[in-house]
Amino acid sequence: MTSLIDRLLGRKTPTSAELARERLKLVLVTDRSDLSPETLEQMQAEIIQVITRYIKIDQSKVHIKLEQRARENYLVADIPLVRDHSQSAAPPPPAPAGSAQLAEPEKPSGS
Amino acid sequence: MSARIVTITSGKGGVGKTTATANLAVSLASLGKKVICIDADIGLRNLDVVMGLENRIVYDLVDVIEGRCNLRQAMVKDRRIPDLYLLPAAQTRDKTAVSPDDMITLTDGLRPDYEYILIDSPAGIEWGFRNALAPADEVVVVTNPEVAAVRDADRIIGLIEADERRLPASLIINRVKPDMVRQGDMLSVDDVIDILSVRLLGVIPEDEYILIASNKGVPITLDHQNSPASTAFRNIARRLTGEQVPLINLDSRGGILRRLARIFGASKAAP
Repeated sequence: MTSLIDRLLGRKTPTSAELARERLKLVLVTDRSDLSPETLEQMQAEIIQVITRYIKIDQSKVHIKLEQRARENYLVADIPLVRDHSQSAAPPPPAPAGSAQLAEPEKPSGS
Repeated sequence: MSARIVTITSGKGGVGKTTATANLAVSLASLGKKVICIDADIGLRNLDVVMGLENRIVYDLVDVIEGRCNLRQAMVKDRRIPDLYLLPAAQTRDKTAVSPDDMITLTDGLRPDYEYILIDSPAGIEWGFRNALAPADEVVVVTNPEVAAVRDADRIIGLIEADERRLPASLIINRVKPDMVRQGDMLSVDDVIDILSVRLLGVIPEDEYILIASNKGVPITLDHQNSPASTAFRNIARRLTGEQVPLINLDSRGGILRRLARIFGASKAAP
């Protein structure tokens, strides 16, 4: 329980109700989809692989998560592109789909 | 007359389904509606004791379904209020004694004679819940502002949404303590609605008269009509009939008593 003094002083300790809210939101995202956190992580890795074939991204800042708006689930991706645009466009796309190699090694990007 | 069938359910047990069923039944009957409530919790019947009708049971729902008596013989009339009846669950049988089709046949037999049929669903999402849901025209989900109850309510709402009948669902948030909400130690009504994204039917404040009423076997809406919870139940009953009764605002300022009075009482005067 957050003390009144803390709150008067503007200290930002989350209240227990705020904790409840956040915990519920997280657990419901998993409840509502049939994606386990591990599957989501694996999917994220594969999505990154595909994207990096076409465009440079900052892999360390990629966030892909399930989010609920109203009672619909969304897969929301934040994928920051790397600023450096020295090489004119994206690298040429490799062989078409179907030949996607999950094991294709990734070039470590800046971070 | 063709009754509207409202199933009251929750997922989690102990959140106040049976209390809500009893008090909504009393409130609807007080509005002059002809009401029957059905206890669908076979093997764990409770609605009879909450309503104080346990000593008047002769036959039960399973007796009707298995043809040992007719519907009328199994119904218990509440003598305290006109046009309120109970169809009790069987206590000594298990849930598999009843099927969803049985529930539909049973309620089809009741529909012409009533305006509202309230079905008190058992907790859980299995057989008993399916039975209670089968004849429903509308579902009321009861929850508490508490993580486990909200999570289970979400599951129930998901199941109702996945049902091809697209039954309208709404939510009652029971046992809200306005001062704990204000201190940030209880999920607020807005929090719960934001998380569940479902229509809010009403909010019942924590009220010690609920326990006193169940001790006596007199629903609070009969026993202590002016308590905050009674007013809240009456407002919900009016909303069920389609009347627009303003929802409460727990964030309004003012002393706790004044706020409670305003929240749960003043809306009586509203359109």
